[in-house]
Amino acid sequence: MALGAASVRDTDWDGVRLHVVTGKGGTGKTTVAAALALALAGQGRRVLLAEVEGRQGISQTFDVAPLASVEARIAHAAQGGEVFGLSVDAKAALLEYLHMYYKLGRAGGLLEKFGAIDFATTIAPGVRDVLLIGKVYEAVRRRKEHRAKGPGAARTYDAVVLDAPPTGRVARFLNVNHEVADLARVGPIRSQADSITAMLKSPQTVVHVVTLLEEMPVQETVDAIAELRAVGMPVGGVVVNQVRETILTPKALKTAARSAISRKDVAADLTRVKVRATDAIVDGLLAEARDHAERVALEHEADLVVAGLRRPTYRLPSLSEGVDANGIRELAETLVAQGMA
Amino acid sequence: MSPVLDIDALLNDPQTRVIVCCGAGGVGKTTVAAALGLRAAESGRQVVVLTIDPARRLAQSLGLTTLDNTPRPVLSIDVARGGSLDAMMLDMKRTFDEVVMAHAAPDKAEQILANPFYQAVSSSFAGTQEYMAMEKLGQLRLEADRNPDNPRWDLIVVDTPPSRSALDFLDAPKRLGSFLDGRFIRILAAPAKVGGRAYLKVFTTGVNIVTTAMTKLLGGQMLTDVQTFVAALDTMFGGFRERADHTYALLSDSATKFIVVAAPERDALREASYFVDRLDEEGMPLAGLVVNRVYRVSAPGLSAARALAAAEELDDIENGSPSNGRSGVSDSTAITQALLRLHAVQAEIAGRHQALAKRFIAGHPDIPTVEVPAASQDIHDLVGLRTVGEALAGQRA
Repeated sequence: MALGAASVRDTDWDGVRLHVVTGKGGTGKTTVAAALALALAGQGRRVLLAEVEGRQGISQTFDVAPLASVEARIAHAAQGGEVFGLSVDAKAALLEYLHMYYKLGRAGGLLEKFGAIDFATTIAPGVRDVLLIGKVYEAVRRRKEHRAKGPGAARTYDAVVLDAPPTGRVARFLNVNHEVADLARVGPIRSQADSITAMLKSPQTVVHVVTLLEEMPVQETVDAIAELRAVGMPVGGVVVNQVRETILTPKALKTAARSAISRKDVAADLTRVKVRATDAIVDGLLAEARDHAERVALEHEADLVVAGLRRPTYRLPSLSEGVDANGIRELAETLVAQGMA
Repeated sequence: MSPVLDIDALLNDPQTRVIVCCGAGGVGKTTVAAALGLRAAESGRQVVVLTIDPARRLAQSLGLTTLDNTPRPVLSIDVARGGSLDAMMLDMKRTFDEVVMAHAAPDKAEQILANPFYQAVSSSFAGTQEYMAMEKLGQLRLEADRNPDNPRWDLIVVDTPPSRSALDFLDAPKRLGSFLDGRFIRILAAPAKVGGRAYLKVFTTGVNIVTTAMTKLLGGQMLTDVQTFVAALDTMFGGFRERADHTYALLSDSATKFIVVAAPERDALREASYFVDRLDEEGMPLAGLVVNRVYRVSAPGLSAARALAAAEELDDIENGSPSNGRSGVSDSTAITQALLRLHAVQAEIAGRHQALAKRFIAGHPDIPTVEVPAASQDIHDLVGLRTVGEALAGQRA
C-alpha cells in the first residue's frame, strides 16, 4: 500500500508508546499484536513486540526461532522499519533487576540456590506481574545512547506492543499496584509498582481489545473494558478480527433466512451450467444459505454491541490461507489504512 | 487412519469415574465438558460436572446462577434411564478456605484466613485456580466414594482452567505444593529446624544474606507475613506436597480419562499436540482428541472450484444471451450465483479444517479422534448441549 512517503500521518493513537493487546482466548490476539507491531514499524520505526506468558506465540506467528529473554529482530517493515521480539521471563527479569540495582554478587547466587528466585517469581503474589510488566516498562523508557542518557537521548523503541494475558486476567495483570499493595507496603518492589502504574495510566499507554463477532468474545470484551475502566487503565480500540466477507446481498439473506429461496429456480440454473442438480446438492446449498443467514444475523447483533462500546473500531478480514508471515503483513496494511497505526 | 474416539463406550463404562477435559483457551472446553456430562446423565449415570469459568449463558443453562462452590442438580434433563446431573462452578478462594478450616484448629484457621499473604495466594496466585480445581476434584471423588453401594456420583466431569499454558493444571499442584513445602519457605519460617549445629552456622549466614536481600526487595512486612503464614500452615498440613502427590495419583489412575479438546486452527492443534505428548510422557490416561467446531458444508458433492466456475458460467450465459435483451443477470439467477459463491468459500474453509485435522492425525496415528461440526449458533441451552453430545458420539444432527 503506497502511502505519502515522508509525511507523518495522523493516526488514532499518536503519542502512544505502549500498546497493550488483549482478547479472549482464540480471538487471535497474538496475530493482532503482531500485525499492529508491523504496522507501527512502517516509516522506518523501531518497534518491540513482547509476550509475557512464555507461549512463544510471537516466534510461531513470524515463523522464526523461539524467542529468548534477549530482544531479537524478527521482521523488517517499510523504509527500514524493524520489529524486535521478546519473550519476557520473570526469572531473567528479576536477576537483571537485582543486578542493575543491587550489584548483588554472592547474594544473587544464594537467592537462586535457596529457591528464593523461584519463590519470588512464581509464588509471591503480584511480584511476578510487577517483574513482567517492569521489563516492558524498562523497554518503553530505554534510551539509545548510554553516555548521553537523559531527556535528550533518542528512545530505543518508537513503540512497544505487549501481547498481554487474555481478557479474563488482563485488568488484574495490569493493576500491579493493587496486587502488591497489601504485601509490599514499602521497598523497591513497591516503588517499581508505583512507577509502572503511573506509566500505564498515562496517555502514553492504551489497552486494545481483540474480539470476534460472536457472543462470548463480545461479552468478554464488554466485561474487560468495564474492568479496565474500573481500575483506571486507558482503553484503546476494539479490533474485530476474522471478519468474513458477506457474499449474499441483503435481499438474498432475507430470502434465505425465511427459507424462501426457490428450489426449482436454483435447480434449473444448476442444470444450465451442467452441475448435477441432485436433491443432496440443491438442499445442501439451500441449507448452507440458511445457516449463513442465521450466522450473519448473530454477527449483526454482536456488531451492534461492539458499536455500543463507542470505541475506535478496526476490522480485520478472515485470511483464507490462514495466518502466516505474509498474512500478518496484509493485516498490518489493513490496520494502517484504518488509522490504527 | 486413526481410530474413532467412541464417546458412548467411554461414558457408559462403569470403570470411567473421572473425565478431565483440557485444551487451549477458546476451543469450547467447557461446552464439551457440559455436553459429556449431560449425555452421560441421560444414559443413566450419576454425574457431577465441575466447571471453572463458564460463559454466563452456558452457566445459566445448567442452572448455575451463583458461584457457591456446591454441586446443584440440573433440572429438566431426561431421567428416563435413572441418571442424574449435578453441576458446580469452582470458587477457588472458598475451596482454599475450606481446606484451611477443615484441617486447622479454629483459632489457627482464623489466623491463617486473616493473613494478607494467604489472602493474596488464595485469590490471585496464578496457580491457585489450577490447584484448587484439582483439590475440588479430589474432594468430589472422596464424596462419590463415601458410600460405594449407593454413590452420590459415579462419574465426575471436570473442565480445566483457561491457563496460560494448557498444562498448568498438571504442574500447578506440584509447584504450589513444593514451594509451600519447600526449602526457602521452611528457612524463612524456622531456620533452626534445618540440619545440625555445625551445618547450621554456615547455613544461617547464607540465610541471613538471603533474608536481607529479600527484605530489601520486598519490604520487611512481607517477609513477616510469609513467616506467619507458613508457620501457621505448617502446623496443620501433612505437607502440601503430599496432597499434590495424591492429586497427581488420582489423575494418573486408570479410572481417570483425559480428553483433549482442540479447534481446527493451527495454534490450537499445536497446543493439543504438545498436550497429547505431555500426557503420554506423564503416563496420564488419554482417551482421545475432540476436534471441536469443524466446519462442514451441507453439499459436499460440489467442489469449491466447480461451484465458482458454475457461478461464472451463469454470468456468461445470462450476459451473452441475445434473448435476454438487457445486461446483468435475473434476480433468481443472482441468488443461485450467490449460493454457489457462498458454497465455494465455505468449502474452502471446510477443506482447510480437514487438512489441519488430517495433519494432526498423521502425527498422532494412534490417538482416537472425533470431530464435532461447527454449530451456526453459540451453545447455551440443554438442547444445544444435547446436539453437541450427539456429535461427540458420532451421530450427525
